[in-house]
Amino acid sequence: MESLSGRKKVLEQKPMNFWERMYLPAIFRGMAITFMHMFKKKETIYYPEKEREFSENWRGMHSLKRDEQGRERCTACGLCALSCPAEAITMIAAEREKGEEHLYREEKYAAVYEINMLRCIFCGLCEEACPKEAIYLDGPIVPADYLRKDFIYGKDKLVEQPITELEALKAAQD
Amino acid sequence: MADKIKVIIDGIPTEVAPGTSILNAARQIGGDIVPPAMCYYSKLEGSGGKCRTCLVKVSKGSEKDPRPMPKLVASCRTNVMDGMEVQNITSPEVQEARKGVVEMLLINHPLDCPICDQAGECHLQDLGYKHGAEATRYEFDRRTFERIDIGDKIQLHMNRCILCYRCVYVADQITENRVHGILGRGDHAEISTYIEKAIDNDFSGNMIDVCPVGALTDKTFRFKSRVWFTKPVEAHRDCPTCSGKVTLWYKGEEVLRVTARKDQFGEVEEFICNTCRYDKKDTKDWVIEGPRKVSRQSVINSNHYEQMQPLPVVKKNLALQAANKEEFERTTKL
Repeated sequence: MESLSGRKKVLEQKPMNFWERMYLPAIFRGMAITFMHMFKKKETIYYPEKEREFSENWRGMHSLKRDEQGRERCTACGLCALSCPAEAITMIAAEREKGEEHLYREEKYAAVYEINMLRCIFCGLCEEACPKEAIYLDGPIVPADYLRKDFIYGKDKLVEQPITELEALKAAQD
Repeated sequence: MADKIKVIIDGIPTEVAPGTSILNAARQIGGDIVPPAMCYYSKLEGSGGKCRTCLVKVSKGSEKDPRPMPKLVASCRTNVMDGMEVQNITSPEVQEARKGVVEMLLINHPLDCPICDQAGECHLQDLGYKHGAEATRYEFDRRTFERIDIGDKIQLHMNRCILCYRCVYVADQITENRVHGILGRGDHAEISTYIEKAIDNDFSGNMIDVCPVGALTDKTFRFKSRVWFTKPVEAHRDCPTCSGKVTLWYKGEEVLRVTARKDQFGEVEEFICNTCRYDKKDTKDWVIEGPRKVSRQSVINSNHYEQMQPLPVVKKNLALQAANKEEFERTTKL
């Protein structure tokens, strides 16, 4: 039957000649290609020992940022949760008490902030919605785990380390 | 006086009773031509004339005297005349003036919407979104106050107040013995009570509902949830002191907040008492009527994006900017 698209190619099958029936030249040609690959540059990157360079707009794990004075920027306004198409973000707000001004930047803060990494589709809308520049998807690839509950990341995993701790860590490494 | 008089608002003719204000005439027509009002409250006598957001242009004074009014007038305080022609959204002059008014109202406003409990149902937020400029030109320090507890149920954030006087009128007209008022004059004016005296009248909670901004908020709802994560449900109960018709704001099974029902202009339909508002936060106290109708445009109803933010990569790369030009133009807010 005539092909409607006109792109169909019908192969003609001719009887093989003597050399083709021997198969050996074809086998050697194939082996030569395989052999050549041994001297080519390896494409494999041994993650996690070595990491591929990420693109500039790569979106990885979320991190909740701190300001210059080390206070948490998030004010639990809920815009990230509102914008989240996967409904991955939940939070519980709390009021800042007197004496906690060095911990939280605003009057209100997120006492609980959870992102379900199994739900998250890494679209970056939470980052766009945030009015306080508190959440960025600038982290690494979210690691694999065994239990579903371990994919719900709380503030312990999400909040950026305070600057003092980071400096101490660096000093210890040097 | 029984004769109805004719008035044309934005080209739409209507007939109203003499003595009606332009704002109320526009509200009778309804729709987009209703001027926004921050201080006028139809249920409160003497309110209005303070915020100037309801400015309109009167292009024809009346049938007898067809000269236009020399300046824009506050529609909540100007009564209609027979044959009057009013321009609201059809006049660029009015829109420009309203933009200026919004800028003025926002001068001392802290713009702490991410923190504020009113965000999502705040009239000033709506107004600013519709008419306001994107950036402020104000360079000086905004006036700041410590937040004040008015009783144990009401939180006063004087920073956010726009001095509409609505709460003062509520206290004057609905409750007896007003204990709060405006102290100071001009730039120093502030809502306050002397020595933070608690307001313990049965209807004092209505101050929260009439406040167009987040200056007076419910302390029992403070930071519990954002407005748009709660579900409004109409309910009523047999209340000896008030009508008992309220809106319950649910989150899951829990009633987080009880407010009076608000009409399409954001005004309370019937004032409710403090018992209904603060003490009856259980489903079994109420007879549920059904979910509240929420406008499609409301944040309570939808996730709504109007503007596309270019990605950091696109911001730096001219070629990508050119490639996305059409997309940016399409999503730019009008």
